[in-house]
Amino acid sequence: MDLGPHAAFIWSAYGAVALVLAGLIAWLILDGRVQARRLADLSARGVTRRSESRAAAPRS
Amino acid sequence: MQTVTQRLANPTQFMDLSGRILPWLVGAAAAIIGYGLYLSFFVAPPDYQQGETVRIMYIHVPSAWLAMAAYTLIAISAFGLLVFRHPLADVSAKAAAPIGAAFTFIALVTGSLWGRPTWGTYWVWDARLTSVLILFFLYLGLIALRSSIEDETLAAKLTAILALVGIVMLPVIKFSVEWGNTLHQPASVLRLGGSTIDPSILKPLLVMALGFTVLFVALHVKAMRNEILRRRVKALQMAEVARAQAGQLAAAAE
Amino acid sequence: MLVKRDLRLAVRQGGALGTALGFYMIVVTLLPLGIGADLKLLSRIAPGVLWIALLLSALLSLPRVFASDYEDGSLDILATGALPLELVAAAKALAHWISTGVPLALLAPVLGILLNLEIGAYPVLVATMLIGTPAVSFIGAVGAALTLKAHRGGLLIALLVLPLYVPTLVFGMAAIGALLGPGGVTSPFLILTAISLFAVILGPIAAAAALRLQMQ
Repeated sequence: MDLGPHAAFIWSAYGAVALVLAGLIAWLILDGRVQARRLADLSARGVTRRSESRAAAPRS
Repeated sequence: MQTVTQRLANPTQFMDLSGRILPWLVGAAAAIIGYGLYLSFFVAPPDYQQGETVRIMYIHVPSAWLAMAAYTLIAISAFGLLVFRHPLADVSAKAAAPIGAAFTFIALVTGSLWGRPTWGTYWVWDARLTSVLILFFLYLGLIALRSSIEDETLAAKLTAILALVGIVMLPVIKFSVEWGNTLHQPASVLRLGGSTIDPSILKPLLVMALGFTVLFVALHVKAMRNEILRRRVKALQMAEVARAQAGQLAAAAE
Repeated sequence: MLVKRDLRLAVRQGGALGTALGFYMIVVTLLPLGIGADLKLLSRIAPGVLWIALLLSALLSLPRVFASDYEDGSLDILATGALPLELVAAAKALAHWISTGVPLALLAPVLGILLNLEIGAYPVLVATMLIGTPAVSFIGAVGAALTLKAHRGGLLIALLVLPLYVPTLVFGMAAIGALLGPGGVTSPFLILTAISLFAVILGPIAAAAALRLQMQ
């Protein structure tokens, strides 16, 4: 496909966009996995949202 | 009977709903952008003045539009936080900032690469590029402010105020940049954008704009999901620490 | 009354003003050293340079606008006092303008000598700066309020506030050009005034909102 004398600029522009978007998508996917894994670890250890400190600590 | 917004306001329900529509959003974005690329390269004619390089417009203009739209979204989220205390408002604002900054960056890079063959230099201080550059600084400011305050709730509200200040000043800034630009007209009269009235040029532009918008929504939803997970992780970690401390106290008391 | 108190404080902390003025001088001096002493070139860019250096110098004393009162607890007292917090913020911004903005604007023509500023531009330069610097102080106050508790607040203020100074800068420069040009056009000057008024009225509202959040 002949894009004329300035083809390099056209390719670099589209390439840059693709690169940035790919990086963004990759970050979002990876970050999502990290958070999901941490969440799974925590719930595997039996940590729940309602703090159980009140149940564990004896009333004085 | 809950309204849509009420249902979306609950993080759990948001996760549920967003998890289901996200694949569709991604698919739609890919399809629309794919079609837009086809139109941009194979259907749209070269510009009579700029030649083929006008094709850069099909990614430059939509990213500039998205950059503005994302900041507006952040401002609306900020309003939702400060005025309505919407539970997901800050999640939305925090998630949108890096994505908006990325689109702003893309707009700057594509604008620069478009300007080089058109005007001979990698940067020209035309009104749109200058406005986008300042918008980039506004994004950086939001991100910098949030990361410099430890208390998450406080950071959310202060960043919201900054976003609202920014959205109010943005028209003033754009107006001033355009005013300054008419005074110092760049040498060439050629506008970065050529004629956008012709339908053969308008259609690829609008399709790409739509595709970018759907893509942004998909990215934003994904980022919001990540942020909700992050906050859950933090809450659980704090609960775990609290429980351990309480356990230690209990052991010491015996 | 609050303004008087802040002014007295500012005078006692005279160091800040001296630093700002000194900074202004140094920056303006650096320019010909960096660009070369072509007097014709310098005279053409002089108004712009003087305006930009003024903006940067005003930034130096912004972090102190609320910080000293916040640190010793007097901001809390002011917040619960008779005056609405918005007026307190406005008073502090006004004190900043009187103690920093105005002196810088008055120093500008003196520094203009270094840059071979054309004689006719002197009164116009000072006029635009005096009208434009309230925006600098009042928008700056919003930045100071937002970064009260932030790490590296001083640098952060610059990043937050400089983009918001663009309209003042553009119209300050446009006003100089228009007033000196054929016909003595005043519209940019009026717009500059409008921007400053806008900042004076809305700035304290945003600043007070930010302060309230950080004092709970």
